[in-house]
Amino acid sequence: MSAAIGNTIVSLPDQSTAQIPKRNYINNEHGLLSWLLTGDHKRIAILYLISITFFFFIGGAFAGLIRLELLTPQPDLVSSDTYNKFFTMHGIIMVFLFLVPSVPATLGNFLMPIMLGAKDLAFPKINLLSWYLYVVGGLLMLAALVLGGVDTGWTFTTPLSTHYLNTHVITTATAIFIAGFSSIFTGLNFIVTIHRMRCPGMTWFRMPLFVWSHYAASLLMVLGTPVLAISLVLIAMERLFGIGVFDPTKGGDPLLFQHLFWFYSHPAVYIMILPGMGVISEVISTFSRKRVFGYTAVAFSSVAIALFGFFVWEHHMFIMGVSNYSALVFSLLTMLVAVPSAIKIFNWVFTLQQGSITFETPMLYAFGFMGLFTIGGLTGVFLGSLGMDIHLTETYFIVAHFHFVMVGGMLMAFLAGIHFWWPKMTGRMYPESLSKLAAVTTFIGFNLTFLPQFILGYLGMPRRYHAYPPEFQVLNVLSTAGATVLGIGYMLPMLYLGWSLKYGAIAGDNPWQATGLEWQIQSPPLTENFIEIPIMDHEAYDYEWLEKKTKNEVTTVG
Amino acid sequence: MDSALATTDQPDVHEEHEHIVLPQHRHHFETEEQQREAGSFGMWLFLLTEVMFFGGMFMAYLLYRNWYYPAFSAGSEQLSIPLGTANTAILITSGFCMAVGVWAAEVRKRGLLVVMLILTTVFGIIFIGIKGDEYHEKYEMHHIPGANFNISQFTNPAGYGINEKPLAPDMAQKTQIFFFLYFALTGLHALHMLIGLGILFWLIWRAHRGDFSSGYVAPIENFGLYWHFVDIIWLFLYPLLYLINRHPMH
Amino acid sequence: MATQEIHTDANDPTNVTNPEHSQHHIVTPLQYTYVFGTLLLFTGITLGVAFIDLKWANPVIALAIACFKASIVVLFFMHAAYQSRLIKMTIGAGLFLFLVLISMTLTDYISRAWGMW
Repeated sequence: MSAAIGNTIVSLPDQSTAQIPKRNYINNEHGLLSWLLTGDHKRIAILYLISITFFFFIGGAFAGLIRLELLTPQPDLVSSDTYNKFFTMHGIIMVFLFLVPSVPATLGNFLMPIMLGAKDLAFPKINLLSWYLYVVGGLLMLAALVLGGVDTGWTFTTPLSTHYLNTHVITTATAIFIAGFSSIFTGLNFIVTIHRMRCPGMTWFRMPLFVWSHYAASLLMVLGTPVLAISLVLIAMERLFGIGVFDPTKGGDPLLFQHLFWFYSHPAVYIMILPGMGVISEVISTFSRKRVFGYTAVAFSSVAIALFGFFVWEHHMFIMGVSNYSALVFSLLTMLVAVPSAIKIFNWVFTLQQGSITFETPMLYAFGFMGLFTIGGLTGVFLGSLGMDIHLTETYFIVAHFHFVMVGGMLMAFLAGIHFWWPKMTGRMYPESLSKLAAVTTFIGFNLTFLPQFILGYLGMPRRYHAYPPEFQVLNVLSTAGATVLGIGYMLPMLYLGWSLKYGAIAGDNPWQATGLEWQIQSPPLTENFIEIPIMDHEAYDYEWLEKKTKNEVTTVG
Repeated sequence: MDSALATTDQPDVHEEHEHIVLPQHRHHFETEEQQREAGSFGMWLFLLTEVMFFGGMFMAYLLYRNWYYPAFSAGSEQLSIPLGTANTAILITSGFCMAVGVWAAEVRKRGLLVVMLILTTVFGIIFIGIKGDEYHEKYEMHHIPGANFNISQFTNPAGYGINEKPLAPDMAQKTQIFFFLYFALTGLHALHMLIGLGILFWLIWRAHRGDFSSGYVAPIENFGLYWHFVDIIWLFLYPLLYLINRHPMH
Repeated sequence: MATQEIHTDANDPTNVTNPEHSQHHIVTPLQYTYVFGTLLLFTGITLGVAFIDLKWANPVIALAIACFKASIVVLFFMHAAYQSRLIKMTIGAGLFLFLVLISMTLTDYISRAWGMW
């Protein structure tokens, strides 16, 4: 192996003689059908990666349009209805077609069986079905878009969505219903795999924390998504038949929909963030050359987040007319749910302490995550307290809050994961300096976009409005400028990652010198992952074991 | 070949009993037992999702029954006790046949398995038939929620020969919510039954071929779980919809 | 089939690969018949009690009987009584979450003084 150059742990094979392994999951079979009818979890992960990237850019385009309109205080770019459609489609596509499946369906699908020492997930055909459901849901969403879009807001708040709008609500609801099943089947697959397909020696507490996070997120997917499904069915029934289930004039209660909707949608945010937290655990450990501090605490806090996440949904409804007493209960519980997330941040920080830290791209994204998620999470606690929420909800403060946790948090974690496991998935390294530039650009662009929005919200600018008082313009212009920078930051990975597929350096098995079963096999992996099932005889993040193993390893010929 | 892959140079405690390798063994599983338990666990998880799916609708029912009890009472009285009770008995019998069918597969009796699956299907079809009849009756009496809903039977029961107190018009309107929940809950239930019946036809054909009488029982077992779950939903729907308030003049 | 010993070795202490070697119980048709009879009996009881005016106890009894019937279906028809702890915990988790949905939503509705309760 070539020696590490400069302050980096990257260890690549000698490029003059290195080659992509002759047989791997990519060239094992040829032809489009071998991809479209595959049962191989790795191929399905790549299929997902391509589809979610596609939808990410569509959702991003809507974000661009929103920020463009908000450059000026007047509603001058598009009409109100069109603007409503912009933020609705942006929300729906980003939440349901990007964030929810992002890490689980791509990285989770690809890595989990390997991390557990298994040859595939428990139900490969259901895995493929999951992808097809996602694609069908996505196409139906595009159809709704082309037919004219929907303008209810991604939250479909009743009675607006049932009685006061005439856009393609039912089409969109059906699309989300179908995509929801994709999510359920992915989660189901993960849970069964983790319980029943660990290799010999792989006890629960030897699994990588990436797996723990996905386990917790899968519980949420399986248990929460059906309630979203029924709430969408009821919306469709209400619109089609006017039965009155959410109609006050017929005796219904609009809040019932919101209870059912948020019963899923709050755990949904944990579905979105938990897998990202799993990625961060892996990245921080690898780039500090140290095991994650307090493994058990991080593992249990993942499950705790999942559990408590089911008890707090009413905090999205504080101003909607719920009773004060229930609001009190839910506010208290919301304070509790912040604790496990904070525990994780503390554990990551203590992992860094006295670690041997290097700053490769995944680590840059991880640092970005830690700072931005902390800010986002803290502002979530502000919003959880009833008194503050009355003033801050439905303003740009909320918008900033969730973009900090979702974009500053989750999207950064996703990018960290993509960069970290890119060599494993493709056998190639991406260009490091360009990727560092992209990471820094993203960070700067993000802060410029969303920090002003905290101030805007605090000053009282409502969300989902496309006109605003002129005194807010400066902050809005800053935000739009930041959005432009952010967009560039997201375009760059598309370009250089694509470039690296053909021209990137050959990565070898373990360019990061990481622990974890996925780094002990070839890059890209074989279709069956392992030639013989491994026996796990060491703890997770065991860098001493790795050192002993690699000391006498021969990786070159002659 | 896959048992050989089951690793380990360590003393193998499993050596003394054979690893049955069925033709349906999937190669990413180490053993048949692992595959079977994974499949069963997967089906239970799927049933959990169904519990939460129906759960939302049960929440709506709980809320509106308590808000509009008189309307729900009156609406419930419109449902036919004989048909509902018969349907309950029929579905329980169907479930019983399914359970015996699972036993037949486990003890490898092909003929009995096929007979039981057919009986399960027949009872299921009878259930659907009776349900259809009940729906038709509701249609004729204008009790289907929507534009044609008619509340006169509730505001003026004496005019229809019904020995009940009349409801005020606004409360009578709320019967629409009752009937919506009736159709939604039983309709969702019937949809699940129809899907189950479709799968049953496929299973009968495969069972007749002998697929499930040589040790590979997972599809029968797992379908049995699904079918019993559908039965359980009905066990709750019956008292909640048909028996709200059946005691004589209150 | 007789009950077999739990098979584990040092590398698989939680018996992941052969979970059903812990026990494989087959429920007999006779047991099913008892359950069948019980279900029909309690259906009759539910029906009968519905015609007696017990005020608030009517829905309580009806639901209690329904829960009992559901339990015996789950335990015997669906073999849950003979399954691994994992399956039992799974069922418990589902029930728990359903109860959370109902009860926590109710905290809102029962404390709203709109004259509905």
